[in-house]
Amino acid sequence: MTDGGDIVLEARGITKTFPGVRALDGVSLRVRRGRLLALLGENGAGKSTLMNILAGVFPPDVGSVRLLGRDVHFANPLAALKAGIGIVFQELNLIPHLSVAENIFLGREPRTRAGLIDYRRLHDQAAAILARLELHVAPETLVADLRVGQQQLVEIARAVSLDVKVLILDEPTSSLSSHEVEVLFGVIADFKRRGVAIIYITHKFEELGRVGDDVTVMRDGRVVGEAPLSELTREDIVRLMAGRDQGETFQKEATEPGAEVLRVENLSLRGAGTGRGKLVEDVNLRVRRGEVVGVFGLVGAGRTELLEAIYGLHPGRTTGTVAVDGKTTLIRRPADAIAAGLALAPEDRKREGLFLEMSVLENASLASLGPAVKGGLIRPARESAHVSPFIARFRVKTPSLTQKIRNLSGGNQQKVILAKWLAARPKVLLLDEPTRGIDVNAKREIYAFVDELARAGLGVLVVSSELLEILVIADTIIVMCEGRKSAEFSRLEATAEKILTAALPDKTAVAL
Amino acid sequence: MTNPASSPNSTKSEDAFAGGISGPGPGTSSLPDGRAARLRQFQSLIALAVMVLALSLLSDRFLTVDNGFNILRQISVNLCLSVGMTLVILSGGIDLSVGAILGLAGAVSAGLLKNGVALAAFGVRLEFTVTGAIVAGIVVGAAAGWFNGAAITRFRLPPFVATLGMLSIARGLTMLWTGGFPITSLGENFGFIGTGALLGVPMPVWIMVALVALFVVVTRRTRFGRHIYAVGGNERAALLTGLRVNRIKVAVYTLAGALAGVAGLIVTARLDSAQPNAGLGYELDSIAAVVIGGTSLSGGRGSIMGTVLGCLIIGVLNNGLFLLNVSPFWQQVIKGGVILLAVAIDKMNARERET
Repeated sequence: MTDGGDIVLEARGITKTFPGVRALDGVSLRVRRGRLLALLGENGAGKSTLMNILAGVFPPDVGSVRLLGRDVHFANPLAALKAGIGIVFQELNLIPHLSVAENIFLGREPRTRAGLIDYRRLHDQAAAILARLELHVAPETLVADLRVGQQQLVEIARAVSLDVKVLILDEPTSSLSSHEVEVLFGVIADFKRRGVAIIYITHKFEELGRVGDDVTVMRDGRVVGEAPLSELTREDIVRLMAGRDQGETFQKEATEPGAEVLRVENLSLRGAGTGRGKLVEDVNLRVRRGEVVGVFGLVGAGRTELLEAIYGLHPGRTTGTVAVDGKTTLIRRPADAIAAGLALAPEDRKREGLFLEMSVLENASLASLGPAVKGGLIRPARESAHVSPFIARFRVKTPSLTQKIRNLSGGNQQKVILAKWLAARPKVLLLDEPTRGIDVNAKREIYAFVDELARAGLGVLVVSSELLEILVIADTIIVMCEGRKSAEFSRLEATAEKILTAALPDKTAVAL
Repeated sequence: MTNPASSPNSTKSEDAFAGGISGPGPGTSSLPDGRAARLRQFQSLIALAVMVLALSLLSDRFLTVDNGFNILRQISVNLCLSVGMTLVILSGGIDLSVGAILGLAGAVSAGLLKNGVALAAFGVRLEFTVTGAIVAGIVVGAAAGWFNGAAITRFRLPPFVATLGMLSIARGLTMLWTGGFPITSLGENFGFIGTGALLGVPMPVWIMVALVALFVVVTRRTRFGRHIYAVGGNERAALLTGLRVNRIKVAVYTLAGALAGVAGLIVTARLDSAQPNAGLGYELDSIAAVVIGGTSLSGGRGSIMGTVLGCLIIGVLNNGLFLLNVSPFWQQVIKGGVILLAVAIDKMNARERET
């Protein structure tokens, strides 16, 4: 690799701090003409923050971005786009009630001479791009009516329609079928041939070998390694990402489970609309004291819905029985579930778990204000006395209990949610994707806490879409597929292959 | 043994606690919303102080004890409504019907006091004492508010729509009850609520101070108050935390209705007459006071004391402009400008907080 001429985009010494977290710490990065730079790193390594800076979403605190050898400062994503940097975000940024074509050309619609949108040209141009992506939907289709994978392709179509010098793809294949992935790789090859520099964020090693040229690995807000792909082995990359040898990851000790604490029988959940199928069908499971039961399933398998049905969130559509500590309980609302001894830490923390305007203390005490109240009034001293042992137990890093929770990192927020539930003294903890969006170290801590809680006598039901996570923390593994329980394994029997096979609806397509 | 909190690890964690948490210890902040909220209130306080100072210089009739009570009495009605409105807005809702409920409650109370109510089926006429009429007025307000809450929770109507419906219903009922004519001459005892004074302080001011004190405590120090903030801050999370979200909302709208009833009594007693159009447009002044006081229209953030400042700012502004002989039409324009300015400043602060 020679330096100089072929570098299209370069970041130098980028540092970015958010309240409570240093997201990036002196990061430098170079992307070359016609090459694909694979950016690797665990969740929370700082990849998305870096991409947001390159795409003009927010400025760096320190450091510079150079495009074709010139310093650039983007005020907003549009400015970055005009300069030739296109980005496909991990989260979908489409407008659901506009059509596919309108979304692709949003803000750049072809006009008629009268200044109105020229729908014929709009649809023709969109159709051409869709054909190239082999996305067989009409340009007039509303985005809301597409599958998630198809929506992701529309995002990519938008990038394809642009004349970009640099294209950033943030985990573009997370919802794509294997055929759609092939098409995308074809498009990427096209881009490379035209001299476009590509930054590609991914978790999947399989994809690297297919499209990658160079590799940069990030960890904890720093670049910890960069090299051409050909010079690295898979083991090198894993070691760089984890920063420690694999053997050092969380190790669960064998436990002897106690009496049954949660029994779910014939649980079914109908879909919301009429004529829809069942989201959960005839699921039976039990959790014993001290046992961690993991529920694995692909997107749409009904994992979250299972937890929600147990927790009383869909009383009208749920059938079946739930027994806690041997007592069958009618659960019509979360308050009933909590009274029976259940607690749910939801998947989407921000939307479903946190009160961002409230302090750490108020978040943690909300589920169990009883001990804080005397004479009808909340006593601040009692409130913090009630909650602080739990905050301490989970080693929440916060300057004070009165800090607003929005200023904490994702891992610490999740720990506050765990503290909140522990303060309410549940018998069974339901955890939905407990480590989503959390950095590696916090992840390991959470695994240790889950283990410790089980050992202290709780029953834990964990839903996860991360195979490794399930294998690491669960004593018993339940696999769901299309709303049904398709398999159950003990810790000793379970292997990644067995679990995946049970999770896939189409048993022939085990090509992961 | 089942209590996870007392697991053997707790000694170790206490060390971690000491290491993890530093700085000001727990319990030192003013709940519910800490420093940022105090800063916002501080800004409103400065704005109020500047206004008072300027008006004192511009008019020698402004800074007098009489005029002070005058202002307090003038804002008492709006503040009664606005305390209820603050609860509603904190919970993530809005109530457009408080002005109309004010009119209905005042009219019902006055009508019962003056004419009683004929129960045709039993051939009797119920007469009402002053206390009975007062209670009836508040109950009517609470009932209308409960209906709002029921419509919002049971039938999942957006608060804007449900309370807009109630606005029209309550206005219509007021017209039916009064036949479109004022109900006057209610007697001195009833009038005491509006025109009387205790220890030299007008009754409406006492009522207002008592309600403010009560609801400051409710919002800051009770579970119910905490739950209102939680529902407004994140309704889904509140539900998952086991809060009875619907009950809380119904309670909030019922309280707002009852407080509108109290405001209706004050207005009626003060004029010694229930006007069928009483309270027309008051909901907007009330929302303005809440917003100027720094309470977020999206819920979960704000305070009763902020609303008190909001009411004072509006009251001082109205009074001062009147003393300076500014045309009432200009007064409206200026009030609108103040609302926009207050919210714009609040938004700018919010942006700073978030980046």
